[in-house]
Amino acid sequence: MSDITRNRWDSLRQYTPARIATGRVGHAQPTRAQLQFQLDHARARDAVWHPLDSAQLAERLLKLGPPVLRVNSEVSDRAQYLQRPDLGRRLARADRSRLESAVGAAGAADVAIAVVDGLSSIAVETHAAPLLERLLPALRDNGLKLAPLSIVAQGRVAIGDEIGEALGARLSLVLIGERPGLSSPDSLGLYLTFGPRRGRVDAERNCVSNIRPPHGLDYERAVETCLYLCRNALQRRLSGVQLKDDSVVVDSPRTQRVPFFRDTRGRG
Amino acid sequence: MPFHSLIGSHSYRFDDLRTLLAKATPARSGDYLAGIGAASNEERVAAQWALAEVPLAHFLQEAVIPYEEDEVTRLILDSHDREAFAPVAHFTVGELRNWLLASADSAALAALRPGLTPEMAAAVSKLMRVQDLISVARKCRVTTAFRNRIGLPGRFSTRLQPNHPTDDVAGIAASIIDGLLYGSGDAVIGINPASDNVQAVIRLNHLLEDVIRRFSIPTQGCVLTHVSTTLEAIARGAPVDLCFQSIAGTQAANTGFGIDLALLREAQQATAALGRGTLGNNVMYFETGQGSALSAGAHHGVDQQTLEARAYAVARAFEPLLVNTVVGFIGPEYLYDGKQIARAALEDHFCGKLLGLPMGCDICYTNHAEADQDDMDALLTQFAVAGGSFIMGVPGADDIMLNYQSTSFHDALYIREVLGLRPAPEFERWLLEQGIFDDSGRLVTGESPPPALAAQLKLTGGTA
Repeated sequence: MSDITRNRWDSLRQYTPARIATGRVGHAQPTRAQLQFQLDHARARDAVWHPLDSAQLAERLLKLGPPVLRVNSEVSDRAQYLQRPDLGRRLARADRSRLESAVGAAGAADVAIAVVDGLSSIAVETHAAPLLERLLPALRDNGLKLAPLSIVAQGRVAIGDEIGEALGARLSLVLIGERPGLSSPDSLGLYLTFGPRRGRVDAERNCVSNIRPPHGLDYERAVETCLYLCRNALQRRLSGVQLKDDSVVVDSPRTQRVPFFRDTRGRG
Repeated sequence: MPFHSLIGSHSYRFDDLRTLLAKATPARSGDYLAGIGAASNEERVAAQWALAEVPLAHFLQEAVIPYEEDEVTRLILDSHDREAFAPVAHFTVGELRNWLLASADSAALAALRPGLTPEMAAAVSKLMRVQDLISVARKCRVTTAFRNRIGLPGRFSTRLQPNHPTDDVAGIAASIIDGLLYGSGDAVIGINPASDNVQAVIRLNHLLEDVIRRFSIPTQGCVLTHVSTTLEAIARGAPVDLCFQSIAGTQAANTGFGIDLALLREAQQATAALGRGTLGNNVMYFETGQGSALSAGAHHGVDQQTLEARAYAVARAFEPLLVNTVVGFIGPEYLYDGKQIARAALEDHFCGKLLGLPMGCDICYTNHAEADQDDMDALLTQFAVAGGSFIMGVPGADDIMLNYQSTSFHDALYIREVLGLRPAPEFERWLLEQGIFDDSGRLVTGESPPPALAAQLKLTGGTA
């Protein structure tokens, strides 16, 4: 007789990615489920602690056209990054001057794009280049002028405010590694802020989340949403909650059937 | 008023009570992020020496946040019961620790509740080791009721947390069924919705009512949305058992949550008026967590543990069924690692129980915290020994909507087994009738769902 009590309601897994019907050994999870969890956690941890290879990423991004600058936040190491979000929102002083002088004769741009490691450099290394390959031409086709690209180590979302400000851009786009979930270590987020400058708050941003094909949002959809937001932000001269209000609200039915519940008359 | 401590030849000075409390707090990242933590290990202990000498009566004289500026301070001081305080009124903080450990029994602790302020509870906890936090909390008895009774001696409950990234009703129901078959869900079946759309919230309330009635489960449901959304759902006739809200220990932080005491009162009354409880009418479910006030930029220079205890003053004004400290969810900038998370959880449980609350704990961590399953197992064991009221039950410990790790259905079975703990009695009887538990409290669900439950389900592929 096997030590494993399997769960023959595993057909319910078709309805959710949750770890249901895992079975049990005594009261514990079977070895296979236990090791799968450990593997997923290990990957999520590695995503957080893996240092961004800025040089390699810069090489890939240079092929896309605009100049690329590599900068750092005020954070000195990963442990400090995790404990001091305030430092991760600020550019190292020397890097701010470098950005300011990069504006040069070209003058002000419409869009400043920052690629930031955030909490998952794996997300950035996996998804930033293919996303930008599609996004940059689309922005140019819309007549938008691009500032130099920046690659930021040990950064938080709000560092895009200071970068956009230093580059004198009308709006900033931040591509950043999101907090890894157990089953999603490589999720990329895109944040748009109109009129970037230090002191902006999160309510003034729009977010396109969970960019991670094939499991999450694909690049084409992300680019489409990003373009929609860029056009509207520049036209209405704002971003954040007020911009989001235009999104379509789908009216949902009052109740919804559970396909695996038997019909019971005279109930609920 | 300044406080002083002489350690060897070095004299330490602490300008006021909130500074003293902050410096005396065991190290945690959030207090350093706020710039208020002790500058050295010696300064921390110097502050603890000084804090031990502070008379409890002083806490009624010096508020950590001014009375005029903060309605939580006003609630604390205006509701303070001097008669209940009398037995400890002559103690210092250090003497309170001695009395709690040596002399206080369950009856004395229950009588003391309205006489203690959260700041007193926080202060004494800062002088206590983990074993002190456990042994005193274990003596506190707090029982609440709705369709079952939570917190009875020898009982340990679970919130079934069946979240889904898009609030898909079938997906949520699938996790609920899995959880029930593992004996989870006596504290509440509680869904964190991904959307705060009121129609979506109403739909989830109907799902919960359908499940609870269909299977005749002696438990309660809750959709953990903002209190104003729940009020709107009630106004539109939704079947609401419990009203949820996140709360914090300062008025400004609560403003950040979009609430105040008056709104909570309105919500409690509207929910209680539905009269859906059968054994009691504790209708509120609160969640808290150290660091929330700092996160909202509303901490007034007060340490995060003292502010957490102040959130319990808010909670107890509304006689909740459940209070849950979501300890490791906030991230490493507030609680850096497994050690800080575990200590914070046991402090929260101790302070909450001392103040008379039905304290549960979301024993949890995020992937950017220095913590893992071993840390959670250790905390789960300590929390249950301390007499914790309830924990979460999440499929495989992986919350696929909120992206963090909590406790699994299996974890609850483990702790009940090793410590001989049982679910709420009404729920236990239901588990027995369904053939999910046997009468010694062991899970007996086999490969297929037991017949009574299976009869309600259409499962494909070999079952039933």
